[in-house]
Amino acid sequence: MSAVFQTAITKAMRQIRAWARINSPWAIHFNTGSCNGCDIEILATLTPRYDVERLGVKLQGSPRHADVLICTGPVTRQARERLIRTYEQMPEPKFVIAIGSCATAGGVFRGCYNVIGQIDEVIPVDVYVLGCPPRPEAITYGMVKLLNKIKEAKTEAADTL
Amino acid sequence: MSEKSEKFIVPIGPQHPALKEPGHFEFTVDGEVVTGASVRLGYAHRGIEKATESRNWTQNMYLLERICGICSHIHALAYCLGVEKLAGVSAPPRAQAIRSVVAELERIHSHLMWLGVAAHEAGFETLFMYSWRDRETLMDVLEALTGNRVNYSANLIGGVKFDINADQRDTILRALEFLEERTAHYMDIVTTDVVFLRRTRGIGTTSAAQAELLGLVGPTARASGVARDVRIDAPYAAYADFPVTLILHNVGDLESRFIVRINELLESYRLIRQILDHMPEGELTARVPRRIKEGETISRVEAPRGELFYFIKSNGSDTPERIKVRTPTMCNMASVPVLGIGQQLADIPMILAGIDPCFSCNDRAAVIHQGDDGDTWTWERLRQYGIDYYRGQP
Ligand code: SF4
Repeated sequence: MSAVFQTAITKAMRQIRAWARINSPWAIHFNTGSCNGCDIEILATLTPRYDVERLGVKLQGSPRHADVLICTGPVTRQARERLIRTYEQMPEPKFVIAIGSCATAGGVFRGCYNVIGQIDEVIPVDVYVLGCPPRPEAITYGMVKLLNKIKEAKTEAADTL
Repeated sequence: MSEKSEKFIVPIGPQHPALKEPGHFEFTVDGEVVTGASVRLGYAHRGIEKATESRNWTQNMYLLERICGICSHIHALAYCLGVEKLAGVSAPPRAQAIRSVVAELERIHSHLMWLGVAAHEAGFETLFMYSWRDRETLMDVLEALTGNRVNYSANLIGGVKFDINADQRDTILRALEFLEERTAHYMDIVTTDVVFLRRTRGIGTTSAAQAELLGLVGPTARASGVARDVRIDAPYAAYADFPVTLILHNVGDLESRFIVRINELLESYRLIRQILDHMPEGELTARVPRRIKEGETISRVEAPRGELFYFIKSNGSDTPERIKVRTPTMCNMASVPVLGIGQQLADIPMILAGIDPCFSCNDRAAVIHQGDDGDTWTWERLRQYGIDYYRGQP
């Protein structure tokens, strides 16, 4: 009886944990050399007109608390180290969104001597949002796509615990 | 922070990649008071100036526009004015007027954004959210006019890409009416709210002499009573026909920077209305040859943050030989290490905010104890520290 009870409790806890994680992914924003156009659109996405916080996405400062890394801009040589370090500091499971043409393909800065290229040359990317800069609607859409992806991954991770 | 070590260095940055000058600051702190400071620039260097040499004159317009996403139009404008000067053509009056309208709209968006970000640094989230909400009205206008919210690409070498028709004119005027009302409200807040004034009044004061010495530009200089505005000193685009009133304030503290920028908003509303009411008729573009005559020139414009300077050299081919850009934050940044000395560490976020650098970037800081292990401070933590510090005061 107590063994059955135990399993039931563990299962319920797992479900609660997965639910809680899906519903509030914390994001950290990292600018690897963008022109700031994408960054102000990300901020606009967080402010009253678009308000992604209603989807539970919260922007905060430390990579150690983050589930999602939002990257903007082409990767410059100086930013590369920091990008990798930030990514490695994040706990598993982690996800990366590349915002803007620069982050997805290098954009106008492709070929500049100090630019390595797009984000996925340095770290793996889950969602790409195109545009120069993408509209807040597009960024929101990218977030929603990611939330679905997180749902799958987090449920899996919770199951293995 | 450990209580034992009295003196340590607080490095802030280095992410500051908005303009061409990402900044890294190091403040030496004795207890609460900042005793020394230094700036290091160059982190998000992408090599744009070099890249211009391998792109043709038209491609460069799009590249240079993306030096800064906040003041993109003004970069393209400075470049186009310079290239037109070299080619010996000038854009038709209607195009010049439209350029000025977009430049003023951009100034409004930039100042509103700054107001929000500065309020955020002070811990005044409500004002941040309000000013960004109101800014969306303006973003709608820019989008309706140019087709994009940021990086509008309004310019062509020799003119502009679009006209302003009667409908769009009405849209702009309606938006301005709404914004004017809101701006009056903001003015009221920043000059009367007691909590806010404690973070701004008498902090980071720069005298006119100091501002001259440091070579400050833009609203930061005008808040110290230095009469310096390229739109007035060397009018470009349509500013000769539609003069700007100089906005000055002579206290020089953070509060005056708020006042100057908010007054500039009001001035921009007035100017846009005036231009729209007396829009010159005519063509939108002038013909410009694909190869630009040999020669060199400079071009100066007033960006939202101050004087933006371009040097352009052509060797007669279809690509420039050298382009040099000096952005206003470069000039203003020098004031931070000087002004920071003698101030409370808690005031640093606001002093940085005062010069209006592009901040989305100043996201990390690290506290290094002298002869001790380093500790990492995020920008967020420094900001929170500032807020808590003032909360603890009677
Ligand atoms: S995609 Fe466009 S707006 Fe975004 S960082 Fe690149 S140039 Fe700037």
